[in-house]
Amino acid sequence: MTSQAVRLCGLLLREHFGEVVEKVGTHLLRGGAQNLRTIIHETGIPLDLVKKSLCVLVQHGACVFSSDRKGTGSPTEYRTSCDSILRILRYPRYIYTAKTLYGDTGELIIEELLQRGHVTMSSTVKTVADRLTQNMEEGCCMDYNEVTSAFSKLVETHFLQRCPLMAGAGTTASATPATGTPTAPVSIAVPTAESFPDCYKVPHLTLVGRGKRQLCGEDGEDQRNAKKVKTDSQTHGDERICWQVNFERFHLHFRDQAIISAVVNKLDQMSSEIVRTMLRMSEVTTSPTAAYTKPLSANEIFRSLPTSYNIPRPILDQYLTLLVDDPMEFVGKSGESGGGMFVVNLHRALANLARATLESVVQERFGSRSARIFRLLLRKRHLEQKQVEDFAMIPAKEAKDMLYTLLSQNLVQLQEIPKTPDFAPSRTFYLYTVNQLPTARMLLQNCYKTVGNLIERRLFESKESKRLLEKSQRIEAILASLQASGAEPEQLTEVEEMITATEKQQLEALRLHINKLDSAENQVDESIFLIESYVTSTASTS
Amino acid sequence: MGGKGRGIGAFTFNVEALGIGRGSMPEARVGPNALFPNIDFKPVPLKVGEDEDYMLALKQEMRGTMQRLPHNIKPQSNKAEVERYTERYLKQRLMEDDNWSPDWNLLPKELKPQIKKTCAKPGTKKKSVKVSRKDAEEMLTKLDKLDKTEEGNPEKSDDETEKKTGNEDEEIEEEAYEEEDVEENDYIENYFDNGEEFGGGSDDNMDTEATF
Repeated sequence: MTSQAVRLCGLLLREHFGEVVEKVGTHLLRGGAQNLRTIIHETGIPLDLVKKSLCVLVQHGACVFSSDRKGTGSPTEYRTSCDSILRILRYPRYIYTAKTLYGDTGELIIEELLQRGHVTMSSTVKTVADRLTQNMEEGCCMDYNEVTSAFSKLVETHFLQRCPLMAGAGTTASATPATGTPTAPVSIAVPTAESFPDCYKVPHLTLVGRGKRQLCGEDGEDQRNAKKVKTDSQTHGDERICWQVNFERFHLHFRDQAIISAVVNKLDQMSSEIVRTMLRMSEVTTSPTAAYTKPLSANEIFRSLPTSYNIPRPILDQYLTLLVDDPMEFVGKSGESGGGMFVVNLHRALANLARATLESVVQERFGSRSARIFRLLLRKRHLEQKQVEDFAMIPAKEAKDMLYTLLSQNLVQLQEIPKTPDFAPSRTFYLYTVNQLPTARMLLQNCYKTVGNLIERRLFESKESKRLLEKSQRIEAILASLQASGAEPEQLTEVEEMITATEKQQLEALRLHINKLDSAENQVDESIFLIESYVTSTASTS
Repeated sequence: MGGKGRGIGAFTFNVEALGIGRGSMPEARVGPNALFPNIDFKPVPLKVGEDEDYMLALKQEMRGTMQRLPHNIKPQSNKAEVERYTERYLKQRLMEDDNWSPDWNLLPKELKPQIKKTCAKPGTKKKSVKVSRKDAEEMLTKLDKLDKTEEGNPEKSDDETEKKTGNEDEEIEEEAYEEEDVEENDYIENYFDNGEEFGGGSDDNMDTEATF
């Protein structure tokens, strides 16, 4: 939990859950596992607010609690980790992925689940059907069956999973400890969702009906109707089963996408199709932390290729050889049986993608010649000053300057190799080197700081123009209500003119700035994902 | 091996070994780095495209929705007495009731909000209420009489009333509340100085004291 990560988590919590939850969350992040009394005492927030905040955090998967460790009657402890809160930054990407895979229905299901944390299947289906019906034309309704089938598909491909039951579940054999918790000295058996055998079983629902269209009449009537719908709760046979989004599966999907797009950029479309087929075949057989996929024979790959591509067998073999020989090392050959056994090197691919990110960062910040020096040091590991100048073919003075700039930014490190035990400077070799993993970690912290700065700037901009924003909101609301009750165009224009031209310009500029800042956050998150995946992959292998 | 020049550029070893000449040292630092330094290479523009626009819209929508859900807990703020004009329109956008209740199977029991129980034991309390009421009224009448007669006595009668009415440990607290509610004040009269004498006293003294 570095300070930058904690700051970013605090900002994200504040934006989505309010300031009270932010205080409780940052306190938990800084202080590790704590029980309820400690939290109340140290944050000074009243008891009921702390309880509500903890409920919200647990509901959204940001916090886990362990009850009665060792059976000594100790109070329940709450623990949260940066990873689970930083996922909030990635919510739009999850929703968009669901849309590309499963259409609008899938998109809305995932959106509902992300907003509410844990939901039962029946309530999700109803809400999603209502929302879809809202957007359809008059007279059309969304049937519950369609939504249910989309839900089941999501569960089958493991994008959704059941929530684990926590209360006193000491009987289940704990699988891996929950992701995100640091390796605790005492083995706390926190059951993950995966440790339950039915975590991907869809319950049998008795849910028949269609989506209800909400009439946008008076708003007061709407709320009354909404309340009525809620109170007639029929039981659908799945009351106790809550579902949550399986973030790990989405992350695996993003990783596969990154590998495939890298192959497209480096080689060509056809090779990427082959890699995509290989990855799809090994989706279910490979564990999330595996370094390689299961070996696939060339015959199998040939059979599973989509028929639209029509590649003859010898061409496929040539493509596979190309992929294996490529210096990026995405695909490796592990044997000769069955026409050649091929694997996708997942960890190596991630390392190469992270390396490419680092190189691109150096290039954009310091220029292409510094980037050449950086790449040289990555390949050759340790080089003396003179050797750097020779290999990079850069004049001595400029090479020196660039090296020192990189050194002062901590992207390049100096390694001393003494000839004599007293480390006398005249009798010591000084070698420049780049360590990929620590540099990647440093860049990750920079990314967190960047996103934190972006969010703060956006909040600052909104606060500056708060009066203007409120005024425009008010006018929009008046316009909407006037239009709904059928007003003449003159009245509408009169209301619109309440905002002057300069104010409109200001609003436009403000909107542009905020959009830019938001879009930047989304894109920095892509880098964060890559570097984080690389760092966690090295942690699991070492 | 001290260098010929003293001060700047004097090293304890032969600088040539590092490949740096005397003249090619980088400039010495003067003060901390600037807060917004000039950068030579401007950042690359953001990616633009349909995907990015869609994700941007998703992000802003999600933020707006999550701020309106009951999950968003606001610190308790004093509601203004007069509702502001904007709030009438903003309230219409609030979704759902405030009573969102999660599935308690998944949460530890201690997080359940407990309904405050104002009456702990209704049966026994009624008895004690009656008892203390009677006693308290007796004491009150006694006290009133004593007040009128002597000022010193209220001390003693207070102690007596407390001893008599405080029979069981459970009921003392409730009775103490009852006593406070029923009696006017249990301050001892002569400990408390009204301040009436002060004003009178100083007025008398003002003539004699020197004024500044």
